[in-house]
Amino acid sequence: MSAPTLGKDLVGLEGLSREQIELLLDTAEPFKEVSERQIKKVPALRGKTVVNLFFEASTRTRISFEFAEKRLSADTVSVAASGSSVSKGETLVDTARNLEAMRIDMVVIRHGASGAAKFLGDRIASNVINAGDGKHEHPTQGLLDILTLRDKFKKIEGLKVAICGDVLHSRVARSNIWGLTKLGAKVAVCGPPTLVPREITALGVEVLPHIEDAIAWADALNILRLQLERMEKGYIPSLREYNRVFGVTVDRLEKAPKDLLIMHPGPMNRGVEIDSAVADGPHSVILPQVTNGVAVRMAVLYLLAGGKPDGSAARAEES
Amino acid sequence: MPSTTSLLDTTAIGRTLVRMASEIVEKSGGAGDLVLVGIQRRGVELAERLAQQIEKTERAQLLRGKLDITLYRDDLQGVPAPVVGVTDMQHDLTGKVVVIVDDVLYTGRTIRAALDELAEFGRPRRILLAVLVDRGGRELPIQPDIAGVTVTVPKGQTVRVSVAERDGQDAVDLVPKAAS
Repeated sequence: MSAPTLGKDLVGLEGLSREQIELLLDTAEPFKEVSERQIKKVPALRGKTVVNLFFEASTRTRISFEFAEKRLSADTVSVAASGSSVSKGETLVDTARNLEAMRIDMVVIRHGASGAAKFLGDRIASNVINAGDGKHEHPTQGLLDILTLRDKFKKIEGLKVAICGDVLHSRVARSNIWGLTKLGAKVAVCGPPTLVPREITALGVEVLPHIEDAIAWADALNILRLQLERMEKGYIPSLREYNRVFGVTVDRLEKAPKDLLIMHPGPMNRGVEIDSAVADGPHSVILPQVTNGVAVRMAVLYLLAGGKPDGSAARAEES
Repeated sequence: MPSTTSLLDTTAIGRTLVRMASEIVEKSGGAGDLVLVGIQRRGVELAERLAQQIEKTERAQLLRGKLDITLYRDDLQGVPAPVVGVTDMQHDLTGKVVVIVDDVLYTGRTIRAALDELAEFGRPRRILLAVLVDRGGRELPIQPDIAGVTVTVPKGQTVRVSVAERDGQDAVDLVPKAAS
């Protein structure tokens, strides 16, 4: 039996094989239904304790993980950096080891430093799930984006996806690029030169300098948030100018040869990288992305909880 | 290589299902509130055929559902996560007569899990269990209400149910354990 498993941690999509990514997407599929039930709960993770360790602000991702955990019947605790011992100077590893001393099973971590999830995963026995580490990766966002694309286009192979905007600061962009290219999609990035890292072509993506080019080329646009909080001054002249040159507007989309699927990982800066009429338009899947996020995270939790590497495949005989 | 013994062929399965369908109607006291719930995977196809048979003889429209019990298993810890299938339960089960349909009844653990999962979809008036093959070996106090065939399985062998929709042909065979 050569069914792929995930291993102990989910740090990023870079380290996963195509088969592992497909396993995650296929496993997310049945979990969609659980959230549509009147009683939105299954007992799969009963007795597991999950700690959500969020060192950076997050609404969507943290709540999405919490729902995913609760709908799988796990016991969960959410820790924010402010108001915890972290603000007293405790190191990441000490925090996590103390949590482990209370016998936890999994840690979901968001951290401002690239590599924080792997660092932690290498040092504790619990499963670690990366919920965004610095500018490195945000694997569950990448997976939910890919799942949303697969829902609409039925397959990823050959699909043209343009990732637009602040690629430089974006872990979402990196996870999307790794995941999509592994599944055979064509990926381009588009944004002002100050926000598109020069070495990005090494990941196998094309750089399109103008938003009009991206709109003319792509089947789907993944419009990134301008990460104002990570920017010192000088990346862009002004928000207004950014919108004028790179904003995704109805006027620009109307010139496209076909209807484009519109995605955005949120939170949106309306009127900056995306116009309200586009975000709320008929081709926007921004809210279905959020719905898929819960299913994807349930799949990740489920597979990591059960999938010990090289564990015996001895599945009890049917019935 | 040890041989395969045929328990039921296509014709016998057809005949068995007709009998099971009429037993279901008899035991549930009519087709009125019946919901046939198949357990993934081969229970789903069998439930569909039973439903069609009952619809033919009773001239009634039957509700159906599919149940995947993977997330309700009692052996999830410590083994690689089994593949999760789709549950499809469109109807509130409150007040209905639910018939759980599965291909083989063995330890009873699948049915235990199915009962847990069914409870999430309402409070049926009654739940019946219909299986094509009862092979004994129960580990829980669960018995079928309707069984197509009851067999004793020799050591080292197991029951393999094939359905045309999934496997190309209908068959119930005794096969060596590894080949199942």
